[in-house]
Amino acid sequence: MNRLVMTLLLATLWTSIATAQGPIQAYVGARLIPIDGPEIPNGTMLVQDGKILAIGPKDDIQIPPRAEFLDYTGTVIMPGLICTHSHIGGIGGADSSSPMQPDVRIYDSINVRDSGFRRAVAGGLTTLNIMPGSGHLLSGQTVYVKLRGAEGEARTIDDLFILDEDGEIMGGIKMANGTNPMRSAPFPGTRGKAAAIVRDRFIQAQEYQEKIKRAAGDPSKMPKRDIGLEAVVKVLEGKWVVHHHTHRHDDIMTVIRLSKEFGFRVVLHHVSEAWKVADEIAAAGVGCSAILIDAPGGKLEAVGLALETGAALEKAGVLTAFHTDDYITDSRLFLRMAALGVRGGMSREGALKAVTLAGAIMLDLDHRIGSLTPGKDADFVVLSGDPLSVYTRVLMTYVEGKRVFDIRNEKDKLYAVGGYGAGHDQSPYFCCFSHLMEMGGAQ
Amino acid sequence: MKTSAHQLALWLFALAALVPSAAHAQIVVYADALYTMAGPGIRNGVVVIEDGRIAAVGPASEIAVPNGYRVLRAAVVTPGLIDAHATVGLTGIFNQPHDQDQIERSGPIQPELRALDAYNTREQLIEWVRSFGVTTIHTGHAPGELISGQTMVVKTVGNTVEAAMLVETAAIAATLGPGARRSSGSPGTRGKMMSMLRSELIKAQEYLDGREPKVEEDAEHPAEEDAADDVVADGADAAEPRTKAEHGVSQPRGSRNLRLEALARVLKRELPLLITAHKSQDIASALRLAREFNIRIILDGAAEAYLLIDEIRDAGVPVIIHPSMARMYGEMENASFETAVRLRTHGIQVAMQSGFEGYVPKTRVVLLETAVYVAHGLAFEDALAAMTRVPATMLGIIDRVGTLEVGKDADLALYSGDPFEYTTHCIGVIINGEVVSEKAR
Repeated sequence: MNRLVMTLLLATLWTSIATAQGPIQAYVGARLIPIDGPEIPNGTMLVQDGKILAIGPKDDIQIPPRAEFLDYTGTVIMPGLICTHSHIGGIGGADSSSPMQPDVRIYDSINVRDSGFRRAVAGGLTTLNIMPGSGHLLSGQTVYVKLRGAEGEARTIDDLFILDEDGEIMGGIKMANGTNPMRSAPFPGTRGKAAAIVRDRFIQAQEYQEKIKRAAGDPSKMPKRDIGLEAVVKVLEGKWVVHHHTHRHDDIMTVIRLSKEFGFRVVLHHVSEAWKVADEIAAAGVGCSAILIDAPGGKLEAVGLALETGAALEKAGVLTAFHTDDYITDSRLFLRMAALGVRGGMSREGALKAVTLAGAIMLDLDHRIGSLTPGKDADFVVLSGDPLSVYTRVLMTYVEGKRVFDIRNEKDKLYAVGGYGAGHDQSPYFCCFSHLMEMGGAQ
Repeated sequence: MKTSAHQLALWLFALAALVPSAAHAQIVVYADALYTMAGPGIRNGVVVIEDGRIAAVGPASEIAVPNGYRVLRAAVVTPGLIDAHATVGLTGIFNQPHDQDQIERSGPIQPELRALDAYNTREQLIEWVRSFGVTTIHTGHAPGELISGQTMVVKTVGNTVEAAMLVETAAIAATLGPGARRSSGSPGTRGKMMSMLRSELIKAQEYLDGREPKVEEDAEHPAEEDAADDVVADGADAAEPRTKAEHGVSQPRGSRNLRLEALARVLKRELPLLITAHKSQDIASALRLAREFNIRIILDGAAEAYLLIDEIRDAGVPVIIHPSMARMYGEMENASFETAVRLRTHGIQVAMQSGFEGYVPKTRVVLLETAVYVAHGLAFEDALAAMTRVPATMLGIIDRVGTLEVGKDADLALYSGDPFEYTTHCIGVIINGEVVSEKAR
């Protein structure tokens, strides 16, 4: 590290100490994987008031007097994992009454005591996008949460919310196309009908938005309040991102087409066949949150799934994240997906970014999380070894400087490993699974 | 490692283009680490393959390697993997009614359903699991009815089920617990499940008594050995019909009953009852049933087996453990990544499976499932054994597959490194002496 950087760093450091109140924790000796810079074999990370204060090679970072010294030699520290697509918490979003339900907020249904949350921190996850299912064209509003609190500490979903600069609860909108939303009327029976229903509602929202604009604050001219259209307007305004379930190559292109028509911001989720249209996705400047599954199929739109999807997207220059889709894959093994990405040809850097910073960007949170960067939240995970190895275990997980998971704690270990009592109070949510159960004979 | 794996794959590909493909090519496989599973691992080992079988195996320094053979190299070579319980071939990739033949909903007890009548050799998922090194699968009717049907053992190649066949009937598949509960009618409870199973076995006993003259065989012989021999005979000569009843050894007194005939084979200990049971009370019921009728059972799934380690060990019952990544809900809510090592540590025979999946993924991959158990304490060679030698013994096919020994089928899996590492590739698969997969996966 050159002297100028060093000086700047120290200046930042001492300024922070002068202005902040809390004690400083010094995590020393671990291999640090900052994601936004090269790995540091033997590093020091300073944390204060839940934020990262400094990070660098051990020899370059001066540990302030009275800092709590934590020797993490032999471990690996990387940013807390970010899952852009999760269904844990015993959730229930839109019901079977209609295919478009933007009025439904997922956070009105979450049980923060669901043990799925404990398994998530056991896997090193610190931020989630909790979403309603994909059995609708639009199944409701998603919520971004931080997995704050050790076992039993979170009391209500309010404890997990992430607030934006205006103090509003952060989240997006969940949409889907392809086979999951296809059912009997009023749901669409074909892809053409699906797109028509979506366009129709977005046009309604545009008109609603226009009426509000024309009213210019005059209450007598305001349209009747419609909380569903209000939500779609937030999408039209670009305030909320559309998180769009889509698998088949033509379904992916349909999402891109609609996003262009209405100018909404979108992240493509699952994208089993993105490898067939990676260049087109790149040209559209749209990010992909992919899922890698151990085998293709299980439903028609996932037959083209490939382990090479992450590699194809990376090569095309698409912003690429991964997600658990928990219960589809287990949050405890989220790092495994990064490793499968590498198995499919992705770079190590790209795969690790895909479970951290890329997700942060997709959730508009990259200024706060996703990398070990001074000023960002101290959300990090302590590993026993390389993040891509099957033999590596998550030892500890920290959210905003507080330890929320510790493998040495017996209860935490039960959730991490499984065993009697680990699975109580778990309510699996599989979209569109029930009719397959009837047919396929699942338990 | 990745680069070298890719280079190796390319090299293999180039080689394949040069050598005209021929059935039963003569092949030499070099391994930095060779796990024969018939003895300790060998550094710098070699396997010589001739006419579909293993002609020589051992340290490269001790084996005379013939000239002109196709040469393959890998960091790690193991016997072709055996998936000890799958539904692949019956459960198709599309998950639509037309390709789902693993469960018949018309009744709770249908042991007469044969797996071979439902197996699609061209199913894409067979090729998928094969590309990870799986050369043999124990597949058939799925858990989900009290008795759902029969299972069989096949190789993951073959244009017809007959060509793939190793064991035509390997087990009768039964389920205890919520998985066997019918939404209407019986069985609706655990008590009723056991009542129905017992009644059916008693009926089968009466059928057996009526159809076959009483022989002292059952009481006199150590039935375990007899049964094992019978199963091996199945494997060795699958085309032949096999039950004594079918041979006409006995004089039938009534008309044939396929259902009771199948269960009679369980009572005669020719076939094991493969009982899927996850909760401890269901596992206990399975052990109780085995004692009452003196039948052979294999425990399948067994998510809470760690609660009954002594009972399972004392009963001498092997376990085909659930996939490590099976979802923790319902009767599997207490599943543990440490079950495999705990059972193994107490001397219980443990084999690995991909299991049945009703949704996504439509099949699991036994290698990938086993890896998570290895990461949680199962010893490396115990884990390999649980996908090779142990299931081969359990299924009565150890004379053909499961270890790399002279004379056995040349079924091999080639890996670019530690087979359990997420980032290792399977770079080659050989079945019956033919290279069937070379894509680095």
